[in-house]
Amino acid sequence: MRAIRVVAVNVFRESVRDRVPYNLVVFAVLLIASSYLIGQLTAGQDVKIIKDLGLAATSIFGLFIAIFIGIGLVSKEVERRSIYALLSKPVSRAQFIAGKYAGLVLTLAVNVSVMAIAFYVILAYMVWTEPPTIRAGWDAPGMDPALLKAVFLIFIELMLVTAIALFFSTFSTPILSAALTFGLYVAGHFNADLKNFEKVVSSKAAARLARGAYHVLPDLSAFDVKTQVVHGLPVSLGYLGATAAYGLTYVAALLLVSTFIFSRRDFK
Amino acid sequence: MPSAIRIEELTKDYAIGFWRRGSYRALDRLTLDIERGEIFGFLGPNGAGKTTTLKLLMQLIFPTSGRAEILGRPVGDLDVRRRIGYLPENPSFYDYLTAEELLGYFGDLFGYSGADRRRRVSNLLDRVGIGGERRLQLRKFSKGMIQRVGIAQALLNDPEVVFLDEPMSGLDPLGRRDVRSLILELRDQGRTVFFSSHILADAEALCRRVAVVAGGRLAAAGTLSDILAFQVRGWELVIGGMSPEVLARVTPRVRRATEISAGRYSLELALDQSPDRMLAELTATGASLVSLNPIRDTLEDFFMKRVAEMGAGARSAMEEESRARN
Repeated sequence: MRAIRVVAVNVFRESVRDRVPYNLVVFAVLLIASSYLIGQLTAGQDVKIIKDLGLAATSIFGLFIAIFIGIGLVSKEVERRSIYALLSKPVSRAQFIAGKYAGLVLTLAVNVSVMAIAFYVILAYMVWTEPPTIRAGWDAPGMDPALLKAVFLIFIELMLVTAIALFFSTFSTPILSAALTFGLYVAGHFNADLKNFEKVVSSKAAARLARGAYHVLPDLSAFDVKTQVVHGLPVSLGYLGATAAYGLTYVAALLLVSTFIFSRRDFK
Repeated sequence: MPSAIRIEELTKDYAIGFWRRGSYRALDRLTLDIERGEIFGFLGPNGAGKTTTLKLLMQLIFPTSGRAEILGRPVGDLDVRRRIGYLPENPSFYDYLTAEELLGYFGDLFGYSGADRRRRVSNLLDRVGIGGERRLQLRKFSKGMIQRVGIAQALLNDPEVVFLDEPMSGLDPLGRRDVRSLILELRDQGRTVFFSSHILADAEALCRRVAVVAGGRLAAAGTLSDILAFQVRGWELVIGGMSPEVLARVTPRVRRATEISAGRYSLELALDQSPDRMLAELTATGASLVSLNPIRDTLEDFFMKRVAEMGAGARSAMEEESRARN
């Protein structure tokens, strides 16, 4: 466990030194500017739009970090040959993979937490500035704690995307890894459509292929509860637990396969 | 007590080509036994298989066949890694870390913490001569300074066996001298040093035993004196007070005569010529002996000769094997 922790802390330090936290400044500026503009343009709907925007921005900013740091986690170490000295220390390849992954998840956790806090600060400002008559017309309270449910699932989804990026980076180049991860992210969001593909195609082979893809690809749409929470619709704790368990199982499987591939790799 | 390093029939083939059907043999049945407490030089030209061997010992690559042990345990054993140090060839680390942070990071991996880790890091950085730059990010370091950091990280855990891949690479003469004395210091502390180099002077200055590899194969192994003893190829007589007439008389019987200064000459005799007889003849004319030395092949000569022999042999053998495998 010690080796995993030490490698993870170094990944976190690298992301800080690589100025990843700058994205938080961009996020905050974007939210503040949007809330001001939207406040000028709409009446009554502005809090809903800000919630939509805040959650979408959390997801997109996190996605960029997960993909662009995730694909370099292993390949950068191999490319710059820093892995030679590292693997001569008492660190197994499995611990290296686990540490790298844990480090990026830690980076994401800090980022998502800070973004969530900034998001609530903006919402608090809106609640404070809007008159009670307008607040009464909102579908859900301005600082609705249910937003955290969406943030939680965004975080689990980002954990999954990170595991996908790490998986590709154990055997592929950074550019190809980025393309594959992004492709899988997009496919994952349309995965639910594959389930019922036989209803729209006549070819049995295509339907079978789609059904197979549905089972293998991650169903990322399950992690998207943004619309529900913004409109004040219920999202049960059972759903949160089951979806998180699904995501974490997928992560574990990807890490196992990544470790399997990486443990057999020659560093020429 | 088991050997420090034991290598048996270690072979590494790389798959080549788009379909990976062809193969290239980077190391061919290497067998070596390195005793504890010695400095062992692993010599060969670029592409001879030195780095491949070290990577196999660090399990950065996996052998096609054969086996290797360090301190009696299989390579890759995590406990063994606590007892060894490794400097990769042309090392590269994390640009965003300072020298102090890098060593602190590796120290953490060995389980050192607090004051113990700080003391080790500080002592080592001072020892390799970059104590003053400890808080500078590695991106600002020169190649020579990175090499020194590399050496420091290889010694962080007081290793019993140290593997150094081209340790003098990128160092200025002062740096080379420092590293040589560091290696001798390690030997004096009872540690085993296995270092690869294509700079033969380093081996001559440091090693008792060496192995020479060429074309992925072991060309020779043994003590330096063993390897060089049978390579005596003549004699050099340095004579003082010799007149030009005497010189003219003996010149047809020597391989080469060179004037060093007025009346002092260096005479090179063939191996089958008796230096005693020539010396007696010259001293009878009033000349005096300054020095008499055997002319030996330097390691450089030996190296080049073996590489040329191995190159031709190894190339044809590899081509044959490659044809057979395909």
